[in-house]
Amino acid sequence: MTDETITIEVDGCSLEAKAGQMLIEVTDAAGISVPRFCYHKHLSIAANCRMCLVEVEKAPKPLPACATPVADGMKVFTRSPLARAAQKGTMEFLLINHPLDCPICDQGGECELQDVAVGYGGDVSRYTEAKRVVRDEDIGPLIATDMTRCIHCTRCVRFGGEIAGLRELGATGRGEHMRIGVFVEQALNSELSGNVIDLCPVGALTSKPFRFAARSWELIQQDGIAPHDGVGSNVRLHVRRNEVMRVVPKENDAVNQTWISDRDRFSYQGLQTDDRLEVPMLRENGRLREADWDEALQAAARILLDTPEGNLGTLVSPSATLEELFLAGKLTRALGSDSIDHRLRQQDFRGDVADPAMPWLGRRFADIENNEATLIVGSWLRKDQPLLNLRVRQSVLNGGVAMAINPADLDFNYDLDVDVVCKPSEMVQELAGVAAALGASTEGIAVTPDEAHKTAARLLQQAGKGMVLLGSAALMHPDYALLRRLAANIARAAGIEWGSTGFGANDTGAWLAGAVPHRRADGSAGQGKDAKSMLDGPSETLLLLGCEPDADFADPQRTAGALGSAKVIALSSYRSDALLAAADVVLPVATFAETSGTLVNLQGDVQSFVAAITPPGEARPAWKVLRVLGNLVDADGFEHNSSTEVRDELLQLRGQIQPDNTLGESAECPQGFLPAGLQRIGGIPMYGLDAITRRAAALQATPDAWDGTLRLNAATAAGHSIEPGGRVRLVQDGLSVELPVSVDERVPDDCVWLPAAVQESAGLGCSFASVSVEKA
Amino acid sequence: MSLRIEPMQRVQKAENKDELLTPEIRADIDAWIAKYPEEWKQSACMAALSIVQDANGGSLTTALMDQVADYLDMPPIAVYEVATFYSMYEHKPVGRHKICLCTNVSCMINGSDDIYEHLRTRLGIGFGEVTTDGRFSLKEVECLGACGGAPMMQIGHNYYENLTLTLVDQILDGLE
Repeated sequence: MTDETITIEVDGCSLEAKAGQMLIEVTDAAGISVPRFCYHKHLSIAANCRMCLVEVEKAPKPLPACATPVADGMKVFTRSPLARAAQKGTMEFLLINHPLDCPICDQGGECELQDVAVGYGGDVSRYTEAKRVVRDEDIGPLIATDMTRCIHCTRCVRFGGEIAGLRELGATGRGEHMRIGVFVEQALNSELSGNVIDLCPVGALTSKPFRFAARSWELIQQDGIAPHDGVGSNVRLHVRRNEVMRVVPKENDAVNQTWISDRDRFSYQGLQTDDRLEVPMLRENGRLREADWDEALQAAARILLDTPEGNLGTLVSPSATLEELFLAGKLTRALGSDSIDHRLRQQDFRGDVADPAMPWLGRRFADIENNEATLIVGSWLRKDQPLLNLRVRQSVLNGGVAMAINPADLDFNYDLDVDVVCKPSEMVQELAGVAAALGASTEGIAVTPDEAHKTAARLLQQAGKGMVLLGSAALMHPDYALLRRLAANIARAAGIEWGSTGFGANDTGAWLAGAVPHRRADGSAGQGKDAKSMLDGPSETLLLLGCEPDADFADPQRTAGALGSAKVIALSSYRSDALLAAADVVLPVATFAETSGTLVNLQGDVQSFVAAITPPGEARPAWKVLRVLGNLVDADGFEHNSSTEVRDELLQLRGQIQPDNTLGESAECPQGFLPAGLQRIGGIPMYGLDAITRRAAALQATPDAWDGTLRLNAATAAGHSIEPGGRVRLVQDGLSVELPVSVDERVPDDCVWLPAAVQESAGLGCSFASVSVEKA
Repeated sequence: MSLRIEPMQRVQKAENKDELLTPEIRADIDAWIAKYPEEWKQSACMAALSIVQDANGGSLTTALMDQVADYLDMPPIAVYEVATFYSMYEHKPVGRHKICLCTNVSCMINGSDDIYEHLRTRLGIGFGEVTTDGRFSLKEVECLGACGGAPMMQIGHNYYENLTLTLVDQILDGLE
């Protein structure tokens, strides 16, 4: 395509276009409707449905608008008798084999085929012969198939190959026998698979959890922001009778384009579970009992007021809203403590003194597509941050290179030019090797760069645009501060950016809101304890917001111990045994769908949303609970009437703060994690990220959910005389857990893989640690 | 987006290619791969499937198609698409001699129905079936482009044209 502007005429109107643009792009931009099924602006052109046929002057036959490049002076007629006849003819053919089962079809009412048939179909079918029937394949717990309805547009097939980077669906057979499917029946493996539901113009691919649950015209649509990862995908919640029935993407080119991850799409299932907290609870004579709000809030306020100054610790979820984080920080500081932290999964806080004012991703999502080199450190980006991975994949398709240093041999949906797989402890040496090859400081790590390091260094050096991206495994690493300094050194030496992916939906917002011990909301320095020190104690009182003690912390055992010896006020949406065992006051709060609020994504977009439904039972939005607690402890500045007032107060307080990753000066952080024997690889499984995701039944049934086994490679298993399929006892710091073993060659030698945030690892400590195994 | 003309390569390429299929088959496929530009290995897909099918007694299995996919760095589904589109690939075991009888217009007008009846009586099998001794299988095919010699059939790599019932018997008698 060139930038040359030309003029064409469509239905008598003169339109400007770029030479080489497809006709349908020009008519779409001008708001001229041309019917279509196979065309999609983010997919390649197939031109196989023939629905967009239009008349072009001097062309002997109607031409498909989606595959006809415009030329200067072209005259197009989208509604001429010839065009109409072609469109109606196509429609009649498409309907020949389509069943008339709209009344029982989930797509009914929002179906492109229905819509187009109204405009272009005949009122009576002339077809009297038999219609074909296609057997349905089971393609997993997320997508329901009714392949008899398929019109073979191949959008889903193209999506797999071009966007998801994993071609799983295909068109097998020929002619009458052609069918869309996987051929060998299996669940789709793509973390973006749900998007084919939106792409399918008919009811062939629909949402399995939503199947037969509601009709589209019963649903009320409410805009929202996905609350799981730092992308902050724009979504629409579809609500019926105060229940979120499904979630679909809302287009926003700067954030999620037209896609969302399966996690964002299906997590709504976690909103309606049996273990939602609906009434406040209070510990009395050692037992929790139900209480009314007044009583519970008074009790909470009393605990807060009785806590000696500086002895309150507040631990908040990195996915809590900006308003909640700001008010939690304000309350904590009003009570004379700076100890508030959202970095619950982080182990290493040695770098805090060097922290920038508002760390962020380092590059805007759209800019990542122009990366010439991307170095991923400690992340299975494909599963951790599916939409971020989409951007990195695009950068590779655009000619850039991607590299990774990971504690397991994880599959990416693009080629990695350098793929270093090492033990967790060796990640430091590997990154230092790249730094050394670039001539940057290795932070005192003695290392001789090998070929991989030199290649990585050369590719980063050559790149005009690029980044070093620290993922969740780096953030959870015992030497995170060191990894971060190395990443910054590399970025500086290569003249590129660096950043991290964060853990939740609001990591960047948490810094803005002052939900860290050393940085208050007004930007001044704080003197509080970080998440780890709070749990190391002594903390007399702990205030929890939206986090579960057994799954959301770096060290579940240390957390359990600390909660056991402290007074605990928990604002939570869910009851979990670990929470109820520790809490003295339990205040039920709303989830993302039930509260208004704001999330700041990794590129710093401040995205506000309103509640789509009301919370169950007596649960209340957390910002209101915190506001009332502020009033009850007689703190100033808790007079907000709406979440927007809270947000505006904060944004005014922060003024012109810009996201920035420049590290300040700090003392050297020597490598502290040097285990001798076996090492445990932790990390968060894709669907173990937060309380809502962990409760989404369909997601937990996908192949991406953790299978409950301890993974290690065959060599390591043989070296420790472990039989695959048998059971072992995993010992870590004197604690142990028994579980079955499976062989997984992705795991490096002398390592075992047991993720955090799953029930089996709740009885252990930090997720990257020295461990041993013995036969159970 | 635009029209897409690029090879359908997969990211996770099979590592031990020298363990796939047999050395002879790999050599045959390599000869085909060499005919195309380096990144267009997938162009050898049809030839590879034919080679593999011939070596497997005339039919394909999913496991064999997966090995072809691995060998050509293609997504398995893309190989299934090719193998199910073309009628010369078989997905069920066939007889030693696969009789492909054309029943399209020219052959039908010239008596392919009679040929079919005759074959059915003689072999005791219909279209899509294999004789119990595994010697013959019968397949209905669309036009093979030999209308000038209708009615016709194909057995193995040979075309037999201007068929009569006697000629059919002679041909079958001549096959082991």
